[in-house]
Amino acid sequence: MDALSLHRIHFAFTVTYHYLFPQLTMGLALLIVVLKSLALKTRDAKYDVAARFWARIFAVNFLLGVVTGIPMEFQFGTNWSEFSRRTGGVIGMPLAMEGIFSFFLESAFLGLFLFGEKRLSRWMHWTSAFLVFLGSWISGFFIIVTDAWMQHPVAYRILPGGVFEVGSFWGLMLNPWAWLQYAHNMCGSVVTASFVMASVGALYLLLRRDEVYGRMFIKLGVVAGVLSCILQIFPTGDLHGKYMAKHQPAAVAGMEGLFNSERGAPLVLMGQPDIEAQKIDNPIVVNKVLSFLIYGTTAAEVEGLDQIPRDQWPTALPLLYYSYHIMAGLGTYFVLLMAVAAFLLWRGKLFTARWILWPILLSFPLPYIANTAGWMTAEIGRQPWLVYGLIRTSQGYSTHIDASTSLFSLLGFLGLYAVLSILWIVLVYNFIQDGPQAASQDAPVNGSKTA
Amino acid sequence: MGTLWFWIVAVMLVAYVVLDGFDIGAGIVYLFVARTEEERQQAMRSIGPFWDGNEVWLLAAGGTLFFAFPLLYASAFSGFYLPLMIVLWLLILRALSIELRGHSAEPLWRTFFDALFTFSSSLLAIFYGAALANVVRGVPIGPDDYFFLPLWTNWKPGPHPGILDWYTVTGGILALVALAVHGALYLALKTEVDLEQRARNFARNATPVLLVLTLAGLPLTVLARPHSLDSYIAHPILFVIPCAVLASLAVVFLATRGRSPLTAFLGSSAYLSTMMVGAVVGLFPVLLPTVGTAGRDITISLALAGPHTLHVGLVWWTLGILLAIMYFVIIHWLFRGKVPRHADGYGH
Ligand code: HDD
Ligand code: HEM
Ligand code: HEM
Repeated sequence: MDALSLHRIHFAFTVTYHYLFPQLTMGLALLIVVLKSLALKTRDAKYDVAARFWARIFAVNFLLGVVTGIPMEFQFGTNWSEFSRRTGGVIGMPLAMEGIFSFFLESAFLGLFLFGEKRLSRWMHWTSAFLVFLGSWISGFFIIVTDAWMQHPVAYRILPGGVFEVGSFWGLMLNPWAWLQYAHNMCGSVVTASFVMASVGALYLLLRRDEVYGRMFIKLGVVAGVLSCILQIFPTGDLHGKYMAKHQPAAVAGMEGLFNSERGAPLVLMGQPDIEAQKIDNPIVVNKVLSFLIYGTTAAEVEGLDQIPRDQWPTALPLLYYSYHIMAGLGTYFVLLMAVAAFLLWRGKLFTARWILWPILLSFPLPYIANTAGWMTAEIGRQPWLVYGLIRTSQGYSTHIDASTSLFSLLGFLGLYAVLSILWIVLVYNFIQDGPQAASQDAPVNGSKTA
Repeated sequence: MGTLWFWIVAVMLVAYVVLDGFDIGAGIVYLFVARTEEERQQAMRSIGPFWDGNEVWLLAAGGTLFFAFPLLYASAFSGFYLPLMIVLWLLILRALSIELRGHSAEPLWRTFFDALFTFSSSLLAIFYGAALANVVRGVPIGPDDYFFLPLWTNWKPGPHPGILDWYTVTGGILALVALAVHGALYLALKTEVDLEQRARNFARNATPVLLVLTLAGLPLTVLARPHSLDSYIAHPILFVIPCAVLASLAVVFLATRGRSPLTAFLGSSAYLSTMMVGAVVGLFPVLLPTVGTAGRDITISLALAGPHTLHVGLVWWTLGILLAIMYFVIIHWLFRGKVPRHADGYGH
């Protein structure tokens, strides 16, 4: 394989793996703040116990987020040096701000939140939980600003040597693409956390153990889940899609599998794209809906791939198409599942309805898949550009790092991350098996159980 | 502007070395000074709330370097590809060993994670020292401002150097000993009874070794890179820096004897800072010197980002760093004092 492909796989693999952790921690941080607030308000100790239980799971995921995040920061330089040299004056800024404004905040107050419960007043402990939440959401913001600039470069100036610099600070921070993407992405992370929380709740109810907590978790998970799942599609996903249609028509055409421009374009629900014949095989379509979704009228013309020069088509077209359809399909399923669960919750029947507890238990991996598929849509849709319209992906990599060197480090990461995955499963499984009560008996984190 | 950002990045790197240095150092000496299970837990708890925050200085310094000197970031990070990947893997293993030891009930696994902790901490220290030595020695930069270094070649600093040669390995060993002393002094400051005693003894015995290595460092540096004294000869006043290095070592030496652990720890912090400042002053205004004739030195003016970026950067950087310092003061104050021997020490 050539060096470029290996650098791409290197980055794609490590960032996809990294994002498995922040997507849970960002959402969970919010839910932990909710639990701590309930504890403050009701003065009921069981909310503190619940917060401590989730804090342990949070801590492990946070740690894995940190150790897999550090390689990301390095890889701009190691694998994408030409890109870094030219755009460091722009994207280096939000990346440095992320470190300074959010990682310091997060790590300092996470230490306090995990190790300081006995030393702090109730309010101070709530505050440290809140600051961890704030830090992680700020971190998400700056990384999205970085990514959004690559998707939709704004507020830049070109200097001699093809080097970019920030033209306007506020222009960079207020990039509309970034705010749309941020809203959609953070919502997605709340979806993941809600599904995980509801799933643990369902497990306890199905096992008939720790039922007080089982009910608490499933209630919080379903309430947060139904809200975030709806917001995920409307307005955030919808607005993001519309904005994309304006600025990245090639990506939208690829996502939707629209080979020819059409008035009253149909929405393809299923089918396989056939690049040779430039059509969708075995399609199931709903007429005119795509035009309506994008432009609000069924008559509008949607630009298809035929309008776009072939060398600017997204390179991995079928993958783009499938990723997008997986995301959107799962999004629809999430709304249905959570709506039914929320209805049963409202009628007071959820806790005993085993037929719905089972799908809730088993659905927790799906938001991870949807989030990953969403990012694949975004990043593959951007191809062949590294910075949309300005720098091609083939112009950005480290030309003097040869393919086998990149393969070597990729294999290293594959091996290490396989070990991390096993440890993650063992630890989280143990925490869930031990149950919420155990989290309170010994040290929340980093204290040995036998101590 | 360039000089200002040069010092900003340098100060952040110094902060990283002094802060993460104490927990890496604690890791190096951990197996030797913390013998019983209780002591090992005590040692772990003494760094528990801090080590992750300390590591952020590396990221923040790296990010600042990226945005202020994109060319240097691009060239150095890709050129040092192999050692950086190894550093990343060591950071992962180290973080894992800290976290997992706390979660394993089985003494067998705890022993394994203890060993992994000391192993990864020690190798990290060696790689950091070697990395700094590589920068001081220079690398073979090509005409396109890029380079790629193999891990080793003929172990000589000449025109075809590798990451490791006799000079950089000496740098690595110096860093290993310096951080071991630093970490031992931190443990002596934060722990009690036997562990405290052993950590202090360790630091006391290692300080003379550190002195010898430090004294040897200067002539070796001149040998590896004859130009490294140019700045000093141009401005003899700068020789206060090496004097400060020796003075801080003297403070460490005396304070470990006179039982003032805080002074000793501050002494080794000053030692690490002045050593780094000394190296950086020797480079200025070069960021990464070249060996051989193909390419040019990467200097501040060559690598500097655009003017508007840097102006705006100064505003948020100042604000952000003040906030960061505030958090550090808060947590160190809240977790002040010694870590008690028994498990309900810090927190829970
Ligand atoms: C739980 C996860 C999840 C779910 C259910 C959805 N999405 Fe999504 N989507 C994401 C998680 C996500 C994401 C991971 O958060 C992405 C990747 C980049 C980004 O900012 O958000 C994303 C990106 C993304 C993009 C932009 C791609 C780009 O930037 O190139 C569009 C147009 C949509 N989504 C649209 C939708 C629609 C119409 C959905 C509903 C049917 C939907 N998403 C459900
Ligand atoms: C966690 C979410 C993310 C996922 C799952 C993801 C996924 C991917 C994938 C699949 C690719 C390969 C695309 C291809 O080569 O066809 C890629 C490339 C890349 N992404 Fe992302 N990405 C994520 C976030 C980000 C962010 C936040 C940034 C910027 C800060 C970023 C920057 C890049 C770069 C520089 C490349 C390499 C160049 C390229 O192939 O376009 N990614 N990513
Ligand atoms: C190229 C892409 C990325 C880079 C360079 C990157 C960089 C990093 C780094 C260096 C850390 C460790 C911070 C520490 O030491 O505390 C980290 C953690 C984190 N990252 Fe990423 N990251 C990337 C993608 C993402 C994405 C797409 C998101 C979310 C939108 C994200 C959110 C977070 C969060 C919340 C943390 C805190 C740790 C955790 O919660 O697990 N990152 N990231």
